[in-house]
Amino acid sequence: MGDIDYQSLQLEYRPVPADAPDHYPVIIVGAGPVGMSMALDMAQHGHKVLVLDDDHTLSIGSRAICFAKRTLDIWDRLDIGERMVRKGISWNVGRIFFRDEEVWNFNLLPESGHRRPAFINLQQYYCEGYLYEKCEADPNIEIRWRNRVVEVQPANSQVTLTVDTPDGPYSISTDWLIACDGARSPVRKMLGQEAHGQIFRDRFLIADVKLEADFPEERWFWFDPPFHPNQSVLLHSQPDNVWRIDFQLGWDADPAEEVKPEKVLPRIKALLGKDVDVQLEWVSVYTFACERMDSFRHGRVFFAGDAAHRVSPFGARGANSGVQDIDNLAWKLDLVMRGRAPDALLDTYCEERQAAADENILNSTRSTDFITPKSETSLLFRNTVLRLAKQHDFARRLVNSGRLSEATFYTESSLNTPDVDEFTATLPVGGVAPDGPVSRDGHTTWWLSQLGKNFVIAVFCKDSLPAAASLQQMANPDFQSLPVRCILVVSPELEGDIAATGIEYVVDQDSILAGRYDVRGGACYLIRPDQHIAARWRNVDIVRIRQALLRATSTHQEVPSCHN
Amino acid sequence: MSQLNTQCNFNVPDEFYERLISAHRDLSTNESNAMNAALVLLLSNHIGDLDVISQALEEARRSVMAEA
Repeated sequence: MGDIDYQSLQLEYRPVPADAPDHYPVIIVGAGPVGMSMALDMAQHGHKVLVLDDDHTLSIGSRAICFAKRTLDIWDRLDIGERMVRKGISWNVGRIFFRDEEVWNFNLLPESGHRRPAFINLQQYYCEGYLYEKCEADPNIEIRWRNRVVEVQPANSQVTLTVDTPDGPYSISTDWLIACDGARSPVRKMLGQEAHGQIFRDRFLIADVKLEADFPEERWFWFDPPFHPNQSVLLHSQPDNVWRIDFQLGWDADPAEEVKPEKVLPRIKALLGKDVDVQLEWVSVYTFACERMDSFRHGRVFFAGDAAHRVSPFGARGANSGVQDIDNLAWKLDLVMRGRAPDALLDTYCEERQAAADENILNSTRSTDFITPKSETSLLFRNTVLRLAKQHDFARRLVNSGRLSEATFYTESSLNTPDVDEFTATLPVGGVAPDGPVSRDGHTTWWLSQLGKNFVIAVFCKDSLPAAASLQQMANPDFQSLPVRCILVVSPELEGDIAATGIEYVVDQDSILAGRYDVRGGACYLIRPDQHIAARWRNVDIVRIRQALLRATSTHQEVPSCHN
Repeated sequence: MSQLNTQCNFNVPDEFYERLISAHRDLSTNESNAMNAALVLLLSNHIGDLDVISQALEEARRSVMAEA
C-alpha cells in the first residue's frame, strides 16, 4: 500500500452538533505538530480535549524536516514514535564545505544502546498526518477544522472563546486554553501580547526536489561554494527521494521572483549538474527571527511552540522545542486538573521552558551570525575559521552551520532536589533520563519505554537489594494522592533474588544503565513524568523521596517525618 | 620546545566566538584591523613563549599563503 498524500488531504468541516458541550476542560488552538502532540498527551492522561484549527489541510510543503532523538522519545511515550521512525530517514553524518573543498565532517552517531537515532528526516506532512490519525483514533480528542478563534475572553475561573465557522460564530468556554497556533499566533494578538527579539536581514530559498540520485543520506553544508558564490547552501535528504536544498539569497533578493521555476531550476542544476532530472516539489522563500514572549503563561492561557518562541531554522530547534514544551506542560496540567498539585506547578512551565527557549535562541542566533556575517571583519573571521578547520581541531569546534537540537537540561529548576550524595556531573539533576536496553520477563526492551506517564522511583541495584523494610515500603508506597511507580533495575546476578519479592523490576543485562546512571554500589532516582530527573540518592530513603516528590510538584509544605 | 596547542582549548567554543565578534560591533573595518593588531600583541605577551608564538605565526602565515 502506498503512502497517503497528506498534503492534498482535505479535512472535513463538520457543523458543531446541537448536543455538543459548551464547555471543555482543555481547548487547544492549532492542529500542528505541537498542538496535536499536546492533544494526545492530555487525552492519554484521561482528559477530554477539543482542538480548534482555522484551516482544513495539514502541512503544505515539507517545512520542518529534522526530528531529534528527544522528540522521538516523547512521541514514543505518546505511542506514535515508531511510525515516524519507520518512515523517516535516520542520519548521522554531516559534511562542511568551504568554497570547493570539504573542510570537515562530523558523525552524530550516538553511542549504541539507545532506541532512537540522533535525528530522523521526515516531511512535516507525514509527521502531521500520523499525529492526525492518532488523534482521530482517540475517543478523548475532537478536532474541529475551519474553526477560527476570533475572540478570547480570559477570566479567573475560565476562558471564553468566540469561534467563527462556515456556519457562523459560536461561543465556547474552557478551563485551560493552550495556544499552539504558530509564529503569528492570533491568540497571542487577541491577548494583546507580543514576542520580542531579533529579526534577521537575510532571505533563504527552500527548494524540495524529487530526483533519482544516489547521494548519501547525509547533511551537506556549503559556505561560499563556486555554484552559489558568497552565500551558503544546505542539502539534506528526505523520504520518497525528496531532497531539501536551502539557498541563502541575501536581503536584497526579491521573494516573488526567486520562487519562479525559471529562477530556481538553474540554481539547482548548478549544484546537482545540468543533466540531472529534477522535479520541483515545493519552493518557498523565507526570512526568520529569534524571539519569544516574555511569559508563556497568562492566567489560564498557555503558549507553546512557535506561538511562544521562534528560532532560525539552523539547528532544527523549532518543532523539536515545541514538542518539548508540551512534554513539560501536559503532566503538570494533568496533576493540577486532578487537584493533586497546586497551581504554582504550572508556573514552572514558564520557568523551565522559557529557559529552554533562551538556550535555543542563543544557539540559533550564534549559528545565524556565523552563516550570515554582519560585517567585513566578521566575514574575515568566519572564512579564516573555515580555512583553519581543515587542519586544526580548535577551528572545527568554531565552525557553526547549526548546533543541532538536543534536550534542554533543567539544571536550575525549582523542582529539582539538589544532590546531597556524590554523582557524576555528566548527568545532572534536571537532565533527561538516558535510555538503554533492559530485559523484562526475559524479553529485551528499552528502559525509557518502561517509564509510562507517572513519576517513577527507579532503584538501581548492583550487588545487593535494598533492605526488606525499604522493599516493603516501595511495594506499597504512600505518596498521598500522587501516582508513583517504583521499578527496580537490577544486575543479572540479582534477578533470582528480586523475582521472589514480587516488586516490578527490569534487568540491566549489559550494565549499560549502571554506567549511564553512575550507579556504583547502588542508586535511587526520582524521574518525572516527562523523563527529567528530579532527585537522586545513593540509598533508598522513603522520607527523602516523599520530600523530593512534593518539591517536584511545587507542593512546598513540610511533611511530618516518619523516621522512627 | 613547547608545542602550539591547536586542539580545542575552550570550554564553550561558541561563546568565545560570540564574544570575539561582538567585541568588533560598530567598528569600521580600519578600527577592527587596529583592534585585531592590539589583540594579537596582548595575547602574544600573555603567551610569552617565543617558540609557541613562532609556531603560531608560521601556521597563520601558511594559511594565508595557501589562499593566494
